[in-house]
Amino acid sequence: MKRVITKLGPLTGLAFVFAMFAFLRPASFATMDNIQLMMLQTAVVGTGALGMTLVIMSGGIDLSVGSVVALSTVVIAILLNQGVPPLAAALGGVAAGATAGLFIGVLITRLRLAPFIATLAMWGALRGVAKGLAGEQMIIAPGTWLNKLLNVLTDDQGWMLLPPGVWLMLVLALIVGALLRYTRLGRHIVAVGSNEQAARLCGVPVERTKILVYVLGSGFAALAGVLQFSYLTVGDPTTGAGMELDIIAAVVIGGASLAGGEGTVRGSLVGALIMTVVANGSTKMEFPNWVQEIVTGGIIIVAVAIDRWRHRKSE
Amino acid sequence: MSGIRKRFGATVALDGVDLEVAGGEILALVGENGAGKSTLMKILSGVYPPDAGTMMLHGRTFMPANPQEGRLAGVAMVYQELSLVPHLSVAENILLGVEPASLGFLKTGEMDERAREALAQLGHSEIETSVRVADLSAAEQQLVEIARALAMGCRVLVFDEPTSSLTLPDIEQLFKLLGRLKEQGHAIVYISHFLEEVKQISDRYVVLRDGCTVGSGLTAKARIREIASLMIGRTMRNLYIRSRRTPGQVVLAVDSMAGVSKPSFASFELHRGEVLGIAGLIGAGRTELLRAMFGLDPVRSGEIKLLAHAGPASPARRWLQGMGMVSEERKNEGLALSLPVSENITLSKLKNFGRFGTILPRMQDAAAGLWIDRLQIKCSGPRQNVGELSGGNQQKVALARLLHHDVDVLLLDEPTRGIDVGSKAEIYRLIDELARGGKAVVIVSSYFPELFGVCDRVAVMTRGRLGPARPVHKTSEHQVMMEAAGTL
Repeated sequence: MKRVITKLGPLTGLAFVFAMFAFLRPASFATMDNIQLMMLQTAVVGTGALGMTLVIMSGGIDLSVGSVVALSTVVIAILLNQGVPPLAAALGGVAAGATAGLFIGVLITRLRLAPFIATLAMWGALRGVAKGLAGEQMIIAPGTWLNKLLNVLTDDQGWMLLPPGVWLMLVLALIVGALLRYTRLGRHIVAVGSNEQAARLCGVPVERTKILVYVLGSGFAALAGVLQFSYLTVGDPTTGAGMELDIIAAVVIGGASLAGGEGTVRGSLVGALIMTVVANGSTKMEFPNWVQEIVTGGIIIVAVAIDRWRHRKSE
Repeated sequence: MSGIRKRFGATVALDGVDLEVAGGEILALVGENGAGKSTLMKILSGVYPPDAGTMMLHGRTFMPANPQEGRLAGVAMVYQELSLVPHLSVAENILLGVEPASLGFLKTGEMDERAREALAQLGHSEIETSVRVADLSAAEQQLVEIARALAMGCRVLVFDEPTSSLTLPDIEQLFKLLGRLKEQGHAIVYISHFLEEVKQISDRYVVLRDGCTVGSGLTAKARIREIASLMIGRTMRNLYIRSRRTPGQVVLAVDSMAGVSKPSFASFELHRGEVLGIAGLIGAGRTELLRAMFGLDPVRSGEIKLLAHAGPASPARRWLQGMGMVSEERKNEGLALSLPVSENITLSKLKNFGRFGTILPRMQDAAAGLWIDRLQIKCSGPRQNVGELSGGNQQKVALARLLHHDVDVLLLDEPTRGIDVGSKAEIYRLIDELARGGKAVVIVSSYFPELFGVCDRVAVMTRGRLGPARPVHKTSEHQVMMEAAGTL
């Protein structure tokens, strides 16, 4: 029984909320179109959650990701206006995020700031950088294929099954999953999060691992920014406010422990999906916004409480 | 290793120690707590460098900058607290830091094979290499830790108190394993308090006391008694004060009490005007006994009666009932280092410092000032932060809290650990004064001369069981040492 819960964990939760709304609103909720829409709505938070999974598994936290998303959209819009090709513009946004991550990693390992403090500072500072670059306004960008990553598929695109942005998230998820499972870096991330002292004793390059974790974390946040740009079609320095908390919530609902060492990519994506399903379902139920927010809070509590219970049992 | 010296601040941890161990030999390193055994081995394994002295490995100079370098050179330490990564698998732990990989991708097949090889070398092929370490028993985890050393090709293995967290059958298994490693030609340094174990498995022994080598020889020719007396050495009797006291009524009665894992059995009675010492080795369960009595850890079975109050109670209740505790972890548990002296002294009893439940700092400081004078706490005033005081003065602040609260029963866990001799003498004097004034005191200490100097009775804790309390003049340090080491 416990094994099953442990194995499926968040997936049972997703099945439960989905089934509930499908039962209550069969006509509007459980349609292919709406499912596609929910995948779309998950793409941004889901992509950010991939990086956050690495950060949290290493025993850290990153509060700056919402600001990185905004910075990324601004950088992309500026580059597009300069006539840079779309792919290069997107990579420029990601590079900006990765640079921010490098800075955070250095703050944490060299200045020995606690991750919470370092990323809280960057949460504010990067938002400021985004606003400064954008001159405190939205930046209109020329239309390119970047704007179509998260469009609902038209009839002749049916062969793609899901919009390209969703595919991007899923492929990245596979890559991050493989990184964690099959590479030296991935195992070192788990080791550092699980028992930093033991890892150091065994010669794991703890500082380098941590810096890489924040580079990857912010890099994925910037990729989420690419998707966010696609959705907005403009560079907006105020977008993504509070998104860091959605992303952390997705990872935590997915079974990661803030103490480090634990978490899965699949769990984090399922966590992000649970939050979308609740939001989308609540809209279909015509619940006001505040009800939806209370429900989301309740889900976080229930998910983590189940997780604690599971851990107690296994001792 | 020759002429190894190491200082930490003002304390000399090692003062010119020599040590040699050959392949195919088990060398026992013994000594009381704080004698410098662990420091010596940490220098050998590269945790910190010596201030002076040289080390040779296979005839070549050996000076590891960090534990990783030490391991690569062939010296590995199996720590008392295991240093495994609970969320990784057995194979991943064994090869952590030296994983075979190409382009960053792990060669899982090779990892598995090498882990299996190392486990087979230990004769424990039954351990699955894919299991998470968190799911293994303590004994199995230790095997993984040893396998890690072997997988790196280490020829010198240091075991720091390896049996302290093991059950008896596991200990026998471990001894067989040590014999096997010895036959394979490994050099083994075995650190232990348990002299019986030392006698059973080692070829030679070296005794450390106060950072110096005070004796060595072949184990087969030595008697446990001799080794024990080398460990104790001479004592400074005049440091201790114990005036004539007459015990009064019983204030604390503990009957067959057991905690969750330790203590497994404890029975004693404590009288007014009495100082009871609890001797034993680190890890025997003495701290846990105090914590259980004070309500910090759950009591699983047995009776406990404090004055008129029967049964276990929370720490907050215990304070109200008249029991106070000074933790051995002065810096983490005992004091709030960033708060001033007066806050620390009055923390447990913030009463009568103002009207209508308010707390006036002026009155708090006045109360604290009395204790500062009485205990001669050296500080700039009641508003100085405790973190800025010396260890001895910090300890006095911790004791002053109990005095301010005016508790009847004082539980003191290692009250003189890491403090200077002058403060020690003052604390001994204070304990005597309290006992004469009708208080009851329980002292846990690993330093036996101190217990014999200040206590009326001493009980020994061995692997979770508390022995009978005997008047100090009817027992001896020798006997207590043997009892603590599990040889009686």
